[in-house]
Amino acid sequence: MCRIGAIKSKVPFHPSEALYLMLPQQEGHDNSGFAMVMQDLAGLFAKYKDKPLLSLACTQKGAKLVEDYMEAHNFRPIFEWIPRGKRQPGLDIKALPYYIFRNYDYPEHYRNAGQAEREALLMDTRLALRKILEKDDQGYVYSFWPDVLTLKEIGDPRDIATYFNLWEKNGDLMAKNIVVQCRQNTNYDIVRYAAHPFFLQGYTLCANGENTFYTKNKEFQKSLHRGYVGFESDSQNFLYTLHYVLHELKWPIKYYKHVITPLPFEEIEHRPDKAQLTAIRQSLSHLEINGPNTIIALLPNGNMMTCCDSKKLRPVVVGGDDTTLAISSEVCGLNVILPNRDKSKDIYPNEREVVVITPELEVQRWKQ
Amino acid sequence: METVKTQDVTFNDLNWKIEYDADRCTMCGSCVAVCTFGAIEVVAERRSKTVSKGHQPDPTQQHQAVPVIKQKNGAANACVGCGICEKICPNRAIHPVRNTDSRGTLVSRSGSPIKRGGRTNLNADRTLDKIVVGRISQMTDPSLDSERHTFDILAPFGRVLPATELPFQSDGSELSLTGKTPPVNWIYPVIFSDMSIGALSTRAWEAVSLATAYLNEKHHIPVRMSSGEGGMPVKLMESEYLKYTILQIASGHFGWNRIIKAMPRMKVDPAGILIKIGQGAKPGDGGLLPAAKVAEHVQAIRGVPKADLMSPPNHQGLYSIEESVQKMFLSMNAAFKFRVPVAIKCAASATSVSVYNNLLRDPYKICGGFFIDGIQGGTGAANEVSLDHTGHHVVSKMRDCYLAAVKQGRQGQIPLWAGGGLGMTGNAAADAFKMICLGANGVFIGKLLIQLCGCVGNEHGRCNSCSTGKCPTGICTQDPRLVKRLDVDKAAQNIVEYTLALDSELRKLMAPIGNSSLPVGRSDALVTTDNAVANKLGIQYVC
Repeated sequence: MCRIGAIKSKVPFHPSEALYLMLPQQEGHDNSGFAMVMQDLAGLFAKYKDKPLLSLACTQKGAKLVEDYMEAHNFRPIFEWIPRGKRQPGLDIKALPYYIFRNYDYPEHYRNAGQAEREALLMDTRLALRKILEKDDQGYVYSFWPDVLTLKEIGDPRDIATYFNLWEKNGDLMAKNIVVQCRQNTNYDIVRYAAHPFFLQGYTLCANGENTFYTKNKEFQKSLHRGYVGFESDSQNFLYTLHYVLHELKWPIKYYKHVITPLPFEEIEHRPDKAQLTAIRQSLSHLEINGPNTIIALLPNGNMMTCCDSKKLRPVVVGGDDTTLAISSEVCGLNVILPNRDKSKDIYPNEREVVVITPELEVQRWKQ
Repeated sequence: METVKTQDVTFNDLNWKIEYDADRCTMCGSCVAVCTFGAIEVVAERRSKTVSKGHQPDPTQQHQAVPVIKQKNGAANACVGCGICEKICPNRAIHPVRNTDSRGTLVSRSGSPIKRGGRTNLNADRTLDKIVVGRISQMTDPSLDSERHTFDILAPFGRVLPATELPFQSDGSELSLTGKTPPVNWIYPVIFSDMSIGALSTRAWEAVSLATAYLNEKHHIPVRMSSGEGGMPVKLMESEYLKYTILQIASGHFGWNRIIKAMPRMKVDPAGILIKIGQGAKPGDGGLLPAAKVAEHVQAIRGVPKADLMSPPNHQGLYSIEESVQKMFLSMNAAFKFRVPVAIKCAASATSVSVYNNLLRDPYKICGGFFIDGIQGGTGAANEVSLDHTGHHVVSKMRDCYLAAVKQGRQGQIPLWAGGGLGMTGNAAADAFKMICLGANGVFIGKLLIQLCGCVGNEHGRCNSCSTGKCPTGICTQDPRLVKRLDVDKAAQNIVEYTLALDSELRKLMAPIGNSSLPVGRSDALVTTDNAVANKLGIQYVC
């Protein structure tokens, strides 16, 4: 299993915190990569929170292809951060020549467009860029969304951090939320798209485990939404289902758990909301997941969420103080970044539980 | 010397020859009494014997007339290989032997097609045995414990709406239902298939019915049985146990007069309605109940005189799928005020995907299940030419239907149920599980049930005499003397015990792949050493 983590704070913090959360948890094939999604940015990007931020890694040719596409589609670049790290020899990183973190202004004719239209534009643009870059393996586009930055690379996370200068707390790169994971795909090919967290239209998700209903999830999701692509990892299914339930069906968040790990029929029978739960279970039976899993998700409204598979076959712990809360596969990570927290208040969610942390750090817990 | 007439049909022209050992025979007569086909008789044969009766050897040759058991000549009394003579013989003096040089297919067509029951004898190949569950949870994820963990082994019977069409209203934290959704019953993924009273003896039907009720009431396994065409006892229809029964309507509409009359007095709804369009054993042919089996009680239940009861090959007035949707489905749904799911059963065919697509795209959304019956299905009576030379294999056809739904994102909306030869080798759990991984929601089994009751028929031409009224096991006959051979309680018990084992076996198959609910469409769990099967079904080839 890989370890996953997330930090949520009232005050912006530096990505090195995410590394300190993850490094103590190293086991097995862990620390073979580094991937994080930052949301609610401070520092350099603070001024451009409403402008979509493109996160990608590519070749020189890829960079040109992206520039051409964006120009042709009337996106105007307004800010760019070029990570200037220590590109010293001997680092364990499979770096690509270019890393682009660039804010764009919307095309002129989208100035007055509604939220849904803009969301569709950003996703379609990302998918188009992905297609262009995929053609000759010229690069990877991870996210294109306001106030969201994604970094993914293959190698030792410590060296990747050195390469991107993530150890130095210079205030450039800060956020109130980071979702992080330090491992490359172990089951299938190592491709950058397969590394969680995954991102789609404001929804970020990473999962630790094995979704044994991958095939049936995938077969169903493929026809649900044009944004459900890739499927390089069985964990992407969780993101797409999250997006489908919350964004497409517009159901309240509590039903996400009912979709992925529905209650046994016998239990549903005794519930007052039996009719709804039965309808959900039968209509979305192909989105049910099986196998051992823990999920951490970050939602567009800034809420962070975690839940587990129906047999609680993967660990997770939530803990923190009044300023910062973190979710982690193993408690040793929490102990490093939040050593003075009240450990008696740590939460170990059970197999039927959902934990949500609001931007005000209010912790909501409920059983499905 | 006798003159040989080579056109005479003698026992060595027939499919089965009786091997008889006169030295072991005590002439008790049991075999002759028990043979329902009149295939053997007691005759006196002239034998030349050397005997010695004194204290010293004094051999003399004598000619004696001795009584023996002898197979009759002629196709009318042909031995069917049922082996009941062997079962009853206390001295193992007699048994049927397959005649590898049989001329049976030539001598049995005397002016009319060969009629028989049973199953196809030419298409008994087994795709499912070439497939194994090869994706076992090892390291990447843990297997479950079939004894300790809980498993949801249920399948939908009823039309499932896509999530976007559910009549939900959200207040931000809760969903509420603002309208009705089609009825869906979650039942056990193995249905006891439709065998009518008429095809079966009342006692055999009763055994299946008893087993169904017992499994539900005592073991909480929600198995449902289909009535078969031909109605069911009024007392049962007016009892609580109706909820375990799926009422069938087929092209003859037999029994529906009584069903409709019983409706006002029904205490509970039936589990579902199954409209039979066709069946796998004799696709394109209607039901057939020979007059020999139309006993008084069958006449009463069906409301018919004693005559050959032939259901037409089509429902009257049904000339298109659209019409079936509009008329049959609406009227059946309306009959029970849209509380009871209505499904349809068709013989597997090269056209099955088209039929399924039509049903999936039906704007009324009232088809609650698509039952596909394969060529290896059974029947009480059919023309042999239909049994052996028409039909379609069910495994790939069900898979085709599932993948057609996948292509449209409609998988699961009309549950797929497959049958026809499932459980043929006695391993119904494995068969069901593999079909489920390939996309079926569940399966239906029929022949297996009567085999558990004692039926001795098989795919190699043994017995298959369900149409004759002479069923030697009392299962497919209405002859009261023969029916007495069937111990109803024991037959029901066999079905119950088999189903309990099947249920455990399903868990034993779900646990190692780490699934606590049925892996419908989880084709990645299956592998095959047959490349052609792998290609056709889209599963992994292994060697």
